Amino acid sequence: MIAVQTERNRIHPHKFTLWVAMGSIIMMFAGLTSAYIVKKNQANWLEFSLPGIFWYSTLVILLSSVTMHLSVKSFKARELGRYKALITLTALLGLVFIIMQYLGFTELESRNIALTGARSNSSASFLFVITGLHMLHVLGGVIALLVVFTRAFAAKQRHYSAVPVEITATYWHFVDVLWIYLFVFYNWIS
Amino acid sequence: MSNEAVLHTHHDTAHGVHDDHHEHHHHETFISKYVFSMDHKMIAKQFLITGMVWAVLGGLMSVLFRLELGYPESNFPWLNTLLGKWAENGHIKPEAYYALVTTHGTVLVFFVLTAGLSGTFANFLIPLQVGARDMASPFMNMLSYWFFFAASVIMLSSLFVSTGPFSGGWTAYPPLSALAAASPGSGTGMDLWLISMALFVVSSLLGGLNYIATILNMRTKGMSMTRMPLTIWALFFTAVLGVLSFPVLFSGFILLIFDRNFGTSFYLSDIFIAGVGALPNEGGSAILYQHLFWFLGHPEVYIILLPAMGMVSEILAVNSRKPIFGYLAMVGSLFAITVLAFLVWAHHMFVTGLNPFLGSIFVLLTLLIAVPSAIKVFNWLTTLWRGNIRFTPGMLFAIGFVSLFISGGLTGIWLGNSALDIHLHDTYFVIAHFHIVMGVASMFGMFAGIYHWFPKMYGRYLNNTLGYIHFWVTIVGAYLIFWPMHYEGLAGMPRRYYDYGTWESFKQFLELNRFISTVAMIVFATQILFLFNFFYSIFKGRKVTSLNPYGSNTLEWTTPLRPGHGNWPGEIPEVHRWAYDYGKDGKEFIPQTTPVGADESHH
Repeated sequence: MIAVQTERNRIHPHKFTLWVAMGSIIMMFAGLTSAYIVKKNQANWLEFSLPGIFWYSTLVILLSSVTMHLSVKSFKARELGRYKALITLTALLGLVFIIMQYLGFTELESRNIALTGARSNSSASFLFVITGLHMLHVLGGVIALLVVFTRAFAAKQRHYSAVPVEITATYWHFVDVLWIYLFVFYNWIS
Repeated sequence: MSNEAVLHTHHDTAHGVHDDHHEHHHHETFISKYVFSMDHKMIAKQFLITGMVWAVLGGLMSVLFRLELGYPESNFPWLNTLLGKWAENGHIKPEAYYALVTTHGTVLVFFVLTAGLSGTFANFLIPLQVGARDMASPFMNMLSYWFFFAASVIMLSSLFVSTGPFSGGWTAYPPLSALAAASPGSGTGMDLWLISMALFVVSSLLGGLNYIATILNMRTKGMSMTRMPLTIWALFFTAVLGVLSFPVLFSGFILLIFDRNFGTSFYLSDIFIAGVGALPNEGGSAILYQHLFWFLGHPEVYIILLPAMGMVSEILAVNSRKPIFGYLAMVGSLFAITVLAFLVWAHHMFVTGLNPFLGSIFVLLTLLIAVPSAIKVFNWLTTLWRGNIRFTPGMLFAIGFVSLFISGGLTGIWLGNSALDIHLHDTYFVIAHFHIVMGVASMFGMFAGIYHWFPKMYGRYLNNTLGYIHFWVTIVGAYLIFWPMHYEGLAGMPRRYYDYGTWESFKQFLELNRFISTVAMIVFATQILFLFNFFYSIFKGRKVTSLNPYGSNTLEWTTPLRPGHGNWPGEIPEVHRWAYDYGKDGKEFIPQTTPVGADESHH
């Protein structure tokens, strides 16, 4: 692995690929939120307040970023027990976040704000599509955590490379920040 | 992180010692070598051949609808045999005509000139020319091809459903694309079109991520960014364009899927449909889709064009035996085109009721593209100027590209003016413009690349005589097909119409249309000649005997005649200079791997 040592300063290609992919995801949400703004400035836009549970889900995803960060730290410190517990907790918080978002949708439906279908207004549909896509991205993070998780438990040989864990963590913080952006966008920007 | 480390992550445990890693044999089965290959060179060939299959199908579609346009009065019983109910009485039905036009556009733009062109050459050339053993992630690279393959199968299957493939134009504007009741092809055909395109977007993104990561992270020692061949720069900007614009198209598609299947009103409003009545939807805006579509759609034309530009720059320099003129200006103009590509999408929408003030800004930004484009043209011409030109088929196609780019680019200045566009919009003038500057020009870039790098791909040469026939018929044919369309467009002849015979003002073009159709058939037949040349030469072509048959400076010619997975049997060569030291200090060429001598002059 001499070649690796001579080029240590370079970022790992897989990490770099993730950064480019995050740029790509940002473009998708930028496209959707600008469509939202364009549509909002046209006639027939329904104003409604966000489901209250979104405030709590925001707290949950922020908390999951903290646990994710701590799990990377414990991986690097070789505290594998703590690491396993923390990534499990992070994945669970991710699932809780997804469920809370879903509960937010049902709250809107119960307030007679249709998300889809003939009665729907595109302001609610936009909220549903954009938030739903974000939920799928969080789900992708949960799956990535599961992969890292099974590696930590099932591997016959120990993995000392922090790269997969760090990549997952970067992505996790990214979907967290993405939600903060969307939350701020729904509440104040738009 | 090094090339070795990436390529060998998967079998790290098997090979603890890395000194002998070049000599070991991957145990390759037929499946792992030719089907689910992770070797970038094999994936490139997979992209190329799939792209060629689509080029034949898409080209054949254009021959069929040109037949209808050229001979509207005639009956062709064999059409009935070929197309069944879509051509009863030997006449292509209007529905089939629109389906053919739509599929021709979609297939040529996305499957041939995006996947077939940048998929092939980005995969083939990036690792070979930057000095890497493979892509940053060979597995993602393999996925990229198989997503494209799945997209291809689904698009192909849409041709065979009973209601036909999607027929609302390759841009898939709602409401035609959003309402199953709008036309026969808007039902199942459109569903399949959307699924296929979604898979295609995933394929492009996976590919693009890999290309960027490879170029920025996996260059060999000494290969600084400013020493990279222009092919790599062009493929890099292509990938950047794709990675940033395809997701926006994807969001447009997602909203379209919701409008089609879940009753939302993003694009649909309470319009009245014959046979259906007023829609229950409220307040949707079809223009919103156009914004999202063209935010990809415009960068897409540069995604198609930039790889051709890069390869042409390289081929012109090699075969003129001269350094490329203005290397940094070439890189700068590629960068300028990439930035401007994102800022001009609304010039496709001048007649949608766009605010004229906003329109004038888009006119300005659009016309600005003429500056980097002109820089590139002058640099190509000055590279040729007083060169020691070798007219290989690849070189001819490269020169043909420059010619077509000039001819088609000039009409872009017409169309970029919002006032002129009121008259020219949706006429044959537009068809002529984009076919010459984007379609045929990029096909020429692709042909140039195939002729030039075929020896590296298959270890054999293509037949030159067939190549010359192919070139001359194609370039003359391309001008004969598309030049007259400018006049038709200036006379106001609209595109996408099935029958012009009922319009007094367009009846005069009947003979001209017949002429265009006849030439189109001849040109198509000549492409079959190229296909024969290609497949025959893979197995029976003249063998390449020297490592560097063109006397070229770039790294791909330092690999063995038929490089294995990993490309170089020993160490990856180190790079000491840029790629364009031709005719320097009395030497014909100095490969990038030659160290700079003490008495060497500065370039």
